[in-house]
Amino acid sequence: MLRPAYESSDKWRGAVPLACGEGYVRDMIAATLNSATRAVPPWVLYPVLAFPGLWLFVSQVLAPGPDPVAALEHGLGKYALQLLVLGLLITPLRDVVRINLMRYRRQVGLMAFFYVVAHLLVYLVLDNQFWWNALIRDLTRRPYIIIGMVSFVILIPLAFTSNNASIRRLGPIAWKRLHYLTYPAILLGALHYLMLKKTWQTEPMIYVAFAIMLILWRVPRFIGLRRP
Amino acid sequence: MPVWKSRFKDRDVTDRSVWMNRRTLMAGTAGLLAGAPALASRHAIPNPGYSTDEPPTRFEDITSYNNFYEFGTGKDDPARYASALTTDPWSIEIAGECANPGTHALEDILKGKTIEERIYRFRCVEAWSMVIPWFGFQLSALLDQVVPTSKARYVAFETLYRPEEMIGQRSRTIPWPYVEGLRMDEAMHPLTLMATGIYEEKMPNQNGAPIRLVVPWKYGFKSIKSIVKITLTEEQPPATWNILQPDEYGFYANVNPEVDHPRWSQASHRVVGSGLFARREPTLMLNGYADEVGPLYAGMDLRKNF
Repeated sequence: MLRPAYESSDKWRGAVPLACGEGYVRDMIAATLNSATRAVPPWVLYPVLAFPGLWLFVSQVLAPGPDPVAALEHGLGKYALQLLVLGLLITPLRDVVRINLMRYRRQVGLMAFFYVVAHLLVYLVLDNQFWWNALIRDLTRRPYIIIGMVSFVILIPLAFTSNNASIRRLGPIAWKRLHYLTYPAILLGALHYLMLKKTWQTEPMIYVAFAIMLILWRVPRFIGLRRP
Repeated sequence: MPVWKSRFKDRDVTDRSVWMNRRTLMAGTAGLLAGAPALASRHAIPNPGYSTDEPPTRFEDITSYNNFYEFGTGKDDPARYASALTTDPWSIEIAGECANPGTHALEDILKGKTIEERIYRFRCVEAWSMVIPWFGFQLSALLDQVVPTSKARYVAFETLYRPEEMIGQRSRTIPWPYVEGLRMDEAMHPLTLMATGIYEEKMPNQNGAPIRLVVPWKYGFKSIKSIVKITLTEEQPPATWNILQPDEYGFYANVNPEVDHPRWSQASHRVVGSGLFARREPTLMLNGYADEVGPLYAGMDLRKNF
């Protein structure tokens, strides 16, 4: 096999090589992004991430589509899943492509919870309309509702401990252990979406695939094959 | 190029008197249209006896919120992709237990049929509803023509399979072609319509052009679209959703508030086009057609035969 001259010859080493590698481009992009985000304080993410949900709500009030309740209910649920995926992407982004968004992770997680709560409120108030009989049947007999609800319940302690005081009180190790609950929460959330559909459909399967991949990526670290 | 054009641009439910009046105006030009095929639904005769007086759903909503998996599983997929469908020429093969089987051009099938306007309630199994002003003829008129034999106990229907034009058929979300069936007495019931139009438009592609079934007391998936084959059978024919999930979708699929779908209640539904804060509406037995079709199911356990 032919190899580029700079790889086989010491004469070229250091002159062209690294600048041509894809790692260089990756690091440049990462460095640019990392310095660009330095100017963005984390709190900015609250209004930015809340905007799509508020926009969806306002648009369905002002110009309702054929089934605005379904549009809002499903839209908010999908935003919640997207933010849960984003939250789990932050560590691999740092370790694999060296983009460091670690200081925004709390905001992403809390906004995911915000969307889960909004999704649940639309289900209760606008869709179910406090129709207790149906609600009780949903919660006792319908697996996809039960699974969605379990995912929500799991996220509650995570949302309430997403602050510095909780990390101090629990200690970093216990806090971290508690927050491993994100993994079952996202998996159940994606499963909840998949089971809602009448057939096997691509879109919910993408969320399930993301959830599984992001959990599998962490396995080597859990079993001690990779440094945390 | 879209084969239909919406005339309704306002966001409100079109006032019934407005489009009723317009049709009266058009009656004056009927002479000019006399030579046009009966597909032009302007010849339709209103049949108030079989129509609800509830306000019809907006044309935009009826034509943009569809379950027609042949064009994709999203509600807006059919409106986006169905314009690719060629609906002219169109023919329907009639086969099975009848004296006059054969393949007929749609124009020939429509010849001599009374095209009526029927404003029907429409209830989807997904717990939403519409009120749709259909145009069409009674299926019984067609079945009478082909003269069913004494062995004909069921009617089977088949949707077009043409993946070149029906983008959803390129993936196997459900087995193709889509099939449905009715018992003979259901098929012969005067409420059972072969629809060729909505409002004053010929059937929009996304709603099952050029001709579809409408069975208003059953969940929407029974009302099979873009029909190319009708077979009279002795045995109960297969029905697509029933094959896929027999515990969720029965062969009869009669609207029944007392029999829940395993994943949601069927006791009430959302009314399409009623906005974000509208109340749910209680679902009626046989979608409000219990007086007309209730006797068809006398003595049957509708919980078992759901």
